[in-house]
Amino acid sequence: MSTGTEIHRDDLASKTGMWLFLFTEMLLFAGLFIVYSVYRYRNATAFHLAAHELSVFIGTVNTIILLISSSTIAMSITAIQKKNKKLSLLLLGITILLGLVFLVNKYFEWGHHIRENIYPGSAVLAQRGQGDVLFYGLYFFMTGLHALHIIIGLIFIAVVGRLILKDKIKSDNYVLLENSGLYWHLVDLIWIFLFPLFYLIT
Amino acid sequence: MSTQKDIAEPSYLDYKGKYKGIFSWIFSTDHKRIGLLYLFSILTFFVVGATLGLLMKFELIAPGKTVMSAQAYNAFFTLHGIVMIFAVVIPGLPAVFGNFMLPIMIGAKDVAFPRLNLMSWYLYVIGVSLVIVSQFAGEGPPDTGWTFYAPYSFRTAGNMLPAVFGAFVLGFSSILTGLNFLVTMHRMRAPGMTWLKMPLFPWTLYATGWVQLLATPVIGITLLMIIAERTLNIGFFDPTLGGDPILYQHLFWTYSHPAVYIMILPAMGAISEIITTFSHKTIFGYKFMVASVLAIAFVGYFVWGHHMFTSGMSGTALYTFSLLTFLVAIPSAIKVFNWISTMHKGSIDLQTPFYWAIAFIFVFMIGGFSGLILGSLAANVHLHNTHFVVAHFHFIVFGGTGFAFFGAAHYWFPKITGKMYDTRWANIGLILFFIGFITLYSPMFVLGIEGMPRRYYDYDEVFHAGNIISTMGSWVLYSGLAIIIINLFSSLRSGTKALADPWGGKTLEWTIPSPPPIENFDETPIITKGPYEYK
Repeated sequence: MSTGTEIHRDDLASKTGMWLFLFTEMLLFAGLFIVYSVYRYRNATAFHLAAHELSVFIGTVNTIILLISSSTIAMSITAIQKKNKKLSLLLLGITILLGLVFLVNKYFEWGHHIRENIYPGSAVLAQRGQGDVLFYGLYFFMTGLHALHIIIGLIFIAVVGRLILKDKIKSDNYVLLENSGLYWHLVDLIWIFLFPLFYLIT
Repeated sequence: MSTQKDIAEPSYLDYKGKYKGIFSWIFSTDHKRIGLLYLFSILTFFVVGATLGLLMKFELIAPGKTVMSAQAYNAFFTLHGIVMIFAVVIPGLPAVFGNFMLPIMIGAKDVAFPRLNLMSWYLYVIGVSLVIVSQFAGEGPPDTGWTFYAPYSFRTAGNMLPAVFGAFVLGFSSILTGLNFLVTMHRMRAPGMTWLKMPLFPWTLYATGWVQLLATPVIGITLLMIIAERTLNIGFFDPTLGGDPILYQHLFWTYSHPAVYIMILPAMGAISEIITTFSHKTIFGYKFMVASVLAIAFVGYFVWGHHMFTSGMSGTALYTFSLLTFLVAIPSAIKVFNWISTMHKGSIDLQTPFYWAIAFIFVFMIGGFSGLILGSLAANVHLHNTHFVVAHFHFIVFGGTGFAFFGAAHYWFPKITGKMYDTRWANIGLILFFIGFITLYSPMFVLGIEGMPRRYYDYDEVFHAGNIISTMGSWVLYSGLAIIIINLFSSLRSGTKALADPWGGKTLEWTIPSPPPIENFDETPIITKGPYEYK
């Protein structure tokens, strides 16, 4: 039911709301970081050895991809501020493309492990001992949850792109684009933590 | 903000929007209608949960099997817990009275994100539906208790997934409500309403909002881990796979202890409003009230370990958690002292909401002191997992939040509905409710000290007498509850018309007509005074 007044717009409120929401997202992953640190502490050697099996190359490529995509979405915001609708859409398109490339890389990475019969609940993994079970359990769960966030972020950005196309988001009203950017930066930031935890700390 | 000034603006109940009938409610983004949506859904689930409790007490009237099997009893206390905690007590005051009153009390037209507000209600309904589905679908209802303790929660054959996911969705709904309120208070206070001119009920909602925001994600991820554990066999908390069940308890209580402050803080806020209004006197120690609310919310984060004193922790951790638990009592006590001091030399108007507030203080103190007994390490080892804990918990959560909920309902009923209720029946209901409550839960303290464990459908003959008294109390309580609810509903029809300010309250909601117009205020109020300026 509309209350009969014009819609009251408050960009700062929208952004505050988004920041608070990002806070909760961070805490969602914080729970997993706690679990990770506890089990890493208890199974130091197994985690150390298992981390060697992940491809640092793909991990690094994915990190670079996400960092670039964060900068393209930031540039897209600047473009809309400068009333350059086409450039803004193009940059959003590149962001989405990079996000998809990230997912494809992730797919090959996961596929590689699964082909080697390393996935939660597999007999091969169970034989390798509890440390490995926990490492790969956490690996699949945390990167999986992160990938889910990437997918949500991509949908968000796609919706925003459509709104730009229809001139619903313009140079004087782009808070939604900014919020999608904030969300994308968060997804990026979480990966910045996941990458060293699983690939680099050995 | 709109500058439209329509003097004869229709009330929010009469307003004709785009939709008709029930759709004018379930598609409404008006905070007042959403508050009532929550009220009706929460009241429904409250009656469901209370009926389950009544049946459980009936089972306990005699040792051995009375009306239900052991497994059925397990399912009953699980559903009772999930429904009461996640669907009634946590959203209770914030989602109903917070939604309805918060924007009005700070002089705003609505919350910051009205559509998000409606979405929270939908998430709430979806969450509860999932919990209910878990009772009927699959291989039998969940039987873990509302705490979903590992490793049993992924070993049991019970249908855990919908229940756990339902709790997750309810948590999400709670986060969005808290987020909405926080932004509303930061951005939409009326001109001149500085933070320290904000009434106490919004203040408690502010602290609650932060707790909802900062604690709920932790239970969210923990519940997701339980789901992953059951479906994918990951091993987070499964000792056979290297996981640690104690870690689950830590994560669970990291949320679920702050969650009791989500339950009690808005209750304290509502009680503060009631006491100052019916004492016709400024609240005593306003700044201390604000500080104690924030202190409770803050220290409340660091006491979760007191749920796990017997689970295995280092000595240092035990002492620290025990000390912190005692520290939480200080701000709570400050609030009680300030309530009493507010009444001192006030012009007290003895009305139903005020009686509820007095009853609240009484049961809250019993609950609080029994909490200190449980917080001391030596006593805890003896009392852990006995009926003493059940009694303490119900004194705080049902006695605290429940009494405050009904107090708030009787306090704001004239404002919300525009009708007065029958005071005589309201008081009779309250007396029965109070007597029933005390009779139901007090014997549990004794039973607990004598060693009767919680969560069993059977008990030794020595506990028989206490259980009979307790069960009879549940009948009185339930009849009191029935009278209260029937009285309020029949007053909708037969009640006399309520004035704008029937109690002589000073906060903003009493400056507008009852029921409030659709836009709350004809003109945005300009605040120059503190919230409770009585001369």
